[in-house]
Amino acid sequence: MDLHTITTVRRPRCPEEVETWADGHAWLAGGTWLFSEPQVHTDTLIDLEGFGWQPLQVTPEGLKIAATCRVVQLDQFQAPPEWSAAPLIPICCRSFLASYKIWNEATVGGNLAMSLPAGPMIALTAALEGTCTLWSRDGAKRHVPVAQFVTGDNQNILQPGELLRSVFLPQAALEKTFAFRRFTLTHQGRSEALLIGTRDPGDGEILLTVTAATLRPYQFRFAAGVTSAQVRGALDAAIADDMYLDDTHGSPRHRKHLTYLFAEQIRAELSGEHS
Amino acid sequence: MKLRVNGQEFDREPAPGQCLRTYLRDLGWFAVRKGCDAGDCGACTVWFDGRPVHSCLVPAFRAENREVTTLEGLAPDGQLHPMQESFLQAQAFQCGFCTSGMIMTCASLGEEDKQDLPFRLKGNLCRCTGYRAIEDAVRGRAVVDEDVAGRACGSNIGSTFATGLVRGREHYTMDCAIDNLLHVKVVRSPHAHAKVLRIRQDAAKALPGVRLIVTWEDVPRKPFTTATHDEYHCNPDDTYLLDNVVRFRGQRVVAVYADSEAIAEEACRLIEIDYEVLPAVFDPEEAMQPGAPQLFPEGAAARIDDPARNIFKHTESEIGDVARGFEEADEVYEGEYFTQRVQHVHLETHGSIAWKSDDGRIHVRTDTQTPHLIQEKLAYLFSLDPKSLHVFSERVGGGFGAKQEMLTEDLCVLGVLKTGRPTKWEWTRGEEFIAGPGRHPYQMRVKLGARRDGTLTAIELRAVSNTGAYRNHGGEVLAAALRSPVETYRCPNKKGAGYAVHTNAIPAGAFRGFGRTQTTFAIESAIDELAEKLGIDPIEMRRINMLREDRAPGAEGSTKIYGADQCVDFVEQALNSGRGEPKPAGDMWREGRGIAIHFHESSPPSQHRSQADLFLGPNGTFHLANGLAEFGNGSMNAIRQIAAQVLGVRAADVETVVADTDRTPYDAGTFACAGTSVSGKAVELAARALKDRLIAAAARRLGCPVADGKLIDGHVVFAGQSIGFAELYRQTPQADQEFHVTRLAVATPNSPAFLVQGFRVAVNTDTCEIRILQSVHAVDAGTVLNPMQLAGQIEGGIAHGIGTTLFERVVIDEEGEVLNATLRNYRIPAFADIPRSEIYYADTRDPAGPMGAKAMGEAPIIPISAALGNAVKDAIGVRLSSLPFSADRVYEALYDSELDWPGLNKRWTAELDQAEQLTELQRDNVRHADEAPSEDVPNEALEKS
Repeated sequence: MDLHTITTVRRPRCPEEVETWADGHAWLAGGTWLFSEPQVHTDTLIDLEGFGWQPLQVTPEGLKIAATCRVVQLDQFQAPPEWSAAPLIPICCRSFLASYKIWNEATVGGNLAMSLPAGPMIALTAALEGTCTLWSRDGAKRHVPVAQFVTGDNQNILQPGELLRSVFLPQAALEKTFAFRRFTLTHQGRSEALLIGTRDPGDGEILLTVTAATLRPYQFRFAAGVTSAQVRGALDAAIADDMYLDDTHGSPRHRKHLTYLFAEQIRAELSGEHS
Repeated sequence: MKLRVNGQEFDREPAPGQCLRTYLRDLGWFAVRKGCDAGDCGACTVWFDGRPVHSCLVPAFRAENREVTTLEGLAPDGQLHPMQESFLQAQAFQCGFCTSGMIMTCASLGEEDKQDLPFRLKGNLCRCTGYRAIEDAVRGRAVVDEDVAGRACGSNIGSTFATGLVRGREHYTMDCAIDNLLHVKVVRSPHAHAKVLRIRQDAAKALPGVRLIVTWEDVPRKPFTTATHDEYHCNPDDTYLLDNVVRFRGQRVVAVYADSEAIAEEACRLIEIDYEVLPAVFDPEEAMQPGAPQLFPEGAAARIDDPARNIFKHTESEIGDVARGFEEADEVYEGEYFTQRVQHVHLETHGSIAWKSDDGRIHVRTDTQTPHLIQEKLAYLFSLDPKSLHVFSERVGGGFGAKQEMLTEDLCVLGVLKTGRPTKWEWTRGEEFIAGPGRHPYQMRVKLGARRDGTLTAIELRAVSNTGAYRNHGGEVLAAALRSPVETYRCPNKKGAGYAVHTNAIPAGAFRGFGRTQTTFAIESAIDELAEKLGIDPIEMRRINMLREDRAPGAEGSTKIYGADQCVDFVEQALNSGRGEPKPAGDMWREGRGIAIHFHESSPPSQHRSQADLFLGPNGTFHLANGLAEFGNGSMNAIRQIAAQVLGVRAADVETVVADTDRTPYDAGTFACAGTSVSGKAVELAARALKDRLIAAAARRLGCPVADGKLIDGHVVFAGQSIGFAELYRQTPQADQEFHVTRLAVATPNSPAFLVQGFRVAVNTDTCEIRILQSVHAVDAGTVLNPMQLAGQIEGGIAHGIGTTLFERVVIDEEGEVLNATLRNYRIPAFADIPRSEIYYADTRDPAGPMGAKAMGEAPIIPISAALGNAVKDAIGVRLSSLPFSADRVYEALYDSELDWPGLNKRWTAELDQAEQLTELQRDNVRHADEAPSEDVPNEALEKS
């Protein structure tokens, strides 16, 4: 929609050109959320497009995804064959409520920065043990695990003006096996619960990532041979009832139910049990 | 900024925050439409350097040096892209508002993409079709028949506007460029019930570009109702243009007129209003309690039945003796049912544009279902001569009852009267949710009694509707709710009590089904429950009790009017056929089936009139004018088919004009299935009269007996002789008068139509998902005038019914605020949500209806909720009594049920309950990842990358 309060659009060629930051400024990546709601407290858009960041970089250590990488680019990424967890990428891309047409503009960083519980790029990068690189306006950099970057429904640790530069997925995580479970109230709708488990091929450790059902991502590491009771106990201990999201895409009780159901299914699948 | 659009160079600066959609529309590319303005509906889809995008989300400045393609430029001038041709051949639209985006999306799909249409089309919403026709188009299936003289009725004649639509050349309300426009925005109440004490507008007035600010003190204190109906007393006046009392959160309080929407919005934010907040009530049962806040304390002047208890309309009636009927029953069932507030979600939001022409007349271009009634209402409100007002529509993007209201036209005309400038008001999607009409929520208690053999002995229904702050249609909706769903069954003892109650909720209004959907949900669920108590098959239970041929109203005469028996048979056979999807694998899936029926009394509840004007032109073609509205209902096409059939010509030989108070005679509007049944009847009467005159005139000229005359392919034909219409016109004195007729039709009499919906479903007892495996719908619609259009109407009704049954719900908090006022959060069915339905037509003919047709506009939605509820009950043994049945709400119902669920996660939680408590050792096995030490992060790797 037209954002009537915007008076200025800046299109810098590098972040260093953006020396000042004020209330009313907003980074513009794909724009697919910014332009989907009135933004009456925003007057200046600062376009990231001109930075020309390379969307995807495969290194010996893993995969670096620029914040400005469009979802369509990530979806079409051809992963090295030994990255057994790479099929999670297109699966998570298909876990958007938004149409694939919107992926043509929407960015991975935008989905993280929005920090909505159902953000599938959060689920993907958290499950693959991603780390965010953040750049503040004073030039300082910091690295934060994705699971700690998002702190609540539409809340994260970004400071005013701080820029999400990239997400790095380590090779070790990309070489794990995985299990994926998702539920939506309407077909291809917004995730009511999205859980991913990965299993370390070496020691059999399971990393369970709970998203969409909860206000922020939760992660659990389980040693090989973890039991149903242990998984349930861990969920009970970590996630308070009021941390399950309540909105039109699912009730808290149903989200909790699905979380427990899917967690157990993932445990059984990754443990090689018949569920 | 330079860019190319459809191969043409443009150079124009966008506003800083402008999106590509409005930028393109400002350049005149009107096929790029606004449905949701938030990326959810896809109506604005264009190609951006060849890739499809939702242009409402693309910053316009990013189009610099880019190539944009809109529907208008998809094919070279005068040609059609193959996908445009496919949409034409499949008639893959009804109102057509989604068509631009739909074609631009489908035309971008490769063959592999077309294998996954549920995914590829999830970003394109269509509220009308139910998507079957769209799938046909993508698959290249042609449905349209050739337009052959004498065979117009019964053929799949394509819509009058089809070609223009697929080429992007049809114009909806906002698709026009008018200079010097004023834009309206309103300040809406943040309180559900309050008095307006003071309005401070200085800051807003000082804003450059603000031309007019209007409050309750500046408008005529003249009550009216926003509801439009031929019968004035249906909906007593209860509303002012602007009021100093607000009765729901979202009610308009101040109107601002400015040179741009941006300025008008800014001015609205600068206006400060002091309110005295009053206590509010949202539940109709609470509103009827003594001491509840009173919405209309002025008493009798408000013309409501019981002002102290907020009861707008109370109706009660009994035939036979219900108490005795229950005494005679072997089994009695009693249950409570609830239906939620849902929204129409017509893709074109409400909006209108008004201006004054040099001759002083005011023209109102609007998206309405009732152009003539809007004209009358505006004339009353502003004390104008109706002749000085011209109300019309071009294309209208859906209605479903929501456009049987005057919601925008009044403030536009006010702007014209006060400033002389053309004035436009276009609602946002959010405004539809917070201030537009929705469906009346109903709380119902139904009690049925029957003998052991299944014969009903008593039916009792109590229905309480929440009509909200104003009464828009509330009384008539209640009347309809209490009528045909109860009349569907023969029973000597029936009692109904209804209350349409004012609360501080958003006003409800006319909605496809008009109250019958709600009470049918209760009654048809109860019939299944009673059948179960009696051990009788639910389909058999209906055969035993449903209206029979000899009892059907209007059944006198020899023709087959009655088709209920055929419909029930069709659905039963289809459900038994093994067609449809199989039950998914796994013990957690339970399969069930259910049906629901409805005898549809189709006429508008009160008087409804329509006039048809038909004449032969000198060139031998006909001109038909009728005031109905075409918003996807297909009525415009149906009436020209009727005229063409009677006159023996091709449908294309009948030039048809609708929805224009200057060019068409009076018509009470298109709702309550009146398009075919009343307008169609007027057209049939006019066509028959004109036919008689043509034959008589030809018989005179040729010296033939009148009785031998026939109209065949543009000629009056006698044995051995014929004369073409153009020639007959030339030879007939005063042909312009001789061959010009006008006829009037009223709503009655008509015969009930009949519908049956059947579903097979599977319910996942783990996740609580309901999956539709098979959908079957049978209708007794009399003569089918246009099978393709009727199928579309039925499929659209089923889809609307599935959405409102399985997930649609307007969520309102305790302060009256709507929490999901976007299509992102109020989901309507997408392609993936709707199964293909089998559709069957009973072989009947209605002697009262036009060409033997019955009315079938809104009815197919009515049995959907109950049929789904009955199928779910059959599958899992739990009666869902509160809509919608989204998986989370099903979970609540199962969770609270006392049945033992092998599914749900009790399967493993039960096992766990026996398990020991976690030992300390086991706890060590479990580490919360949030506690992960920061050295886990491979900083080194990051720095290198």
